[in-house]
Amino acid sequence: MTVLRKPWAWAWIATIVVYAITIAATAGASAAGLAQAAFTFAAFGVIVGLGQMFVITLGPGNVDLSIPATMTLAGTLSLKLMNGADAMVLPGLTLALAIGTGVGLLNYGLIKVLRIPPIIATLALSFIVQSAAIWTNRGLRIKPPESLAAFSTGTLLGIPNLAIIAGLLTVVAWVLLERSIWGRRVTAIGQSLPAARRAGVAVDGVRLSAYVLCAMLAGLCGFLLACFSGGAALNMGAEYLLISIAVVVIGGSSVAGGNSNVPGIWGAALFLFLVVSMLNTYGFGAGPRMILTGIIIIAVILAASLRGRGTEGG
Amino acid sequence: MRPSSDLIRLALPFVALGALLGGVFWLQPRAMSYTGLNLLFNLAVPIALATLAQMFIIAVNDLDLSMGAFVGFAACVTATFLNETPWLGGLILLASVAVYAALGVVIHLRRLPAIVVTLGMSFVWLGLAVMILPAPGGAAPGWLRTLMTVRPPGIPMALAASLLIALAAHLVVARSALGVVIRGVGGNERSVARAGWSVLHARAAAYALAGLFGVLSGMALVGLTTSADANIALRYTLLSIAGVILGGGEFVGGRVSAVGAVAGALTLALAGSFLSFLRLSPDWQIGAQGAILILVLALRLGLDAIEQRRARA
Repeated sequence: MTVLRKPWAWAWIATIVVYAITIAATAGASAAGLAQAAFTFAAFGVIVGLGQMFVITLGPGNVDLSIPATMTLAGTLSLKLMNGADAMVLPGLTLALAIGTGVGLLNYGLIKVLRIPPIIATLALSFIVQSAAIWTNRGLRIKPPESLAAFSTGTLLGIPNLAIIAGLLTVVAWVLLERSIWGRRVTAIGQSLPAARRAGVAVDGVRLSAYVLCAMLAGLCGFLLACFSGGAALNMGAEYLLISIAVVVIGGSSVAGGNSNVPGIWGAALFLFLVVSMLNTYGFGAGPRMILTGIIIIAVILAASLRGRGTEGG
Repeated sequence: MRPSSDLIRLALPFVALGALLGGVFWLQPRAMSYTGLNLLFNLAVPIALATLAQMFIIAVNDLDLSMGAFVGFAACVTATFLNETPWLGGLILLASVAVYAALGVVIHLRRLPAIVVTLGMSFVWLGLAVMILPAPGGAAPGWLRTLMTVRPPGIPMALAASLLIALAAHLVVARSALGVVIRGVGGNERSVARAGWSVLHARAAAYALAGLFGVLSGMALVGLTTSADANIALRYTLLSIAGVILGGGEFVGGRVSAVGAVAGALTLALAGSFLSFLRLSPDWQIGAQGAILILVLALRLGLDAIEQRRARA
């Protein structure tokens, strides 16, 4: 059973179990629809999760807390720029990615210049970015361009377009992490920064690029989410702080860095959505749904830690 | 004698607080009064308590991302059960402190990442709070309302309470044997274990103290606002982390300061008022808190650098 030894196996097993329990409630009637919805919503979690994964891989203390604020600002400003015009789609996307790049550069700038832990740097910056989003979000809710709204809610051969985008990004991220020199360097830094430095890795350049990549993906996710939900809202990014971290860790990557895997992120993102819809299907109210979600997240982490002891001996 | 870098680290939060307060007084001299100060620091006590709660977790090198949700839960219990059937409310709050201690035990025994466990717990607390109070409401117990709105002579309640709380927490963290072991776990877990103390007990105690201060924060909040809501304190998670760091704490190494943390919390509480005195848009309120955080950290770095240069000279 080599598959079971893979760190990402458990997230996928949990996903399949939850999916089966959910469709059992409706005697299989909702199987296709549920899968489609799950892949659509998981796509957002995957996009921010991939970015967070690169940052977390950099080692203990590396987390980007500015993802929700970046998403909100990118979604808000790009919709404002496009102003519903189909011709402005490309500039809008560029702006969203540029905002991400800017936030990423500032994040690492603060970490480097002030020599503060990444959590505090990204937290402090996220306060400012969030304020900027509040300030610019004043007034009317601007609708996304027709073509973009149709694209983000549409499907290709039954697969949601968003899931295809997230899938392509996943492949790129996998190649980057597992097959490129850059990915090896990120992992090396996560395992031991001093050792990586002595081995001649340009530590600052690699860390900077990971933070920028993470913020760019957050910007892209904010852009897509705003188009998908028909407008940008100030709290649109809020839940993605938890999701971005949870998908990485539930997916089997080490929260201490230096050991990450890409397939688990999909499993975990699907799992998080399916848990909520399973509880919905069985008629739980908002309160019990949240409690159970929390307990299940902790249970999965706990189960993963028990398994880790068995195979790694420590 | 030249001030050491430790002293600078300790003094910096007070300098920041003083500068901000000076700015407010300069813009609005009428704030320099009993009533003015009372209004300025109105919500400072619950923020200070939540910051201290976070400080105990940070002292053992963990981070609690559920603090805001937990304070909201405690507030909801206070505004309902503690108000209607005090013994039951007290029991629930006590049980929640026990849950915190249990979290510390589980995190320690299974070596779980505290960030993820507390993220999961934030759902649990929020869900419980929503079940207790589906819509904003409830009422503050009379005695709590009286306690939070008492007007001691000479010094506003918020400042007096902050001083007392800071002192009490300082005694626990810096002067008690337990506090030393807790900070020791943050500094070097293995050496604490080798010296014969139980790291498990220390971590459980740190989490229990965090739970206790979180409960007190929720109670103080209800005493001030007279009603509660599940989402009432969600901002406290990030504010409390910022307050601890602002007050001279570090994420690793068990370096925390209770007095500094309270000063940091007061500074963040004041940042909002300062902005409204500047007639800037309230949109920038959280932005100002971020900017102050960055500014103080930059200042600390600058002073540290000067100190090092002196030491070398």
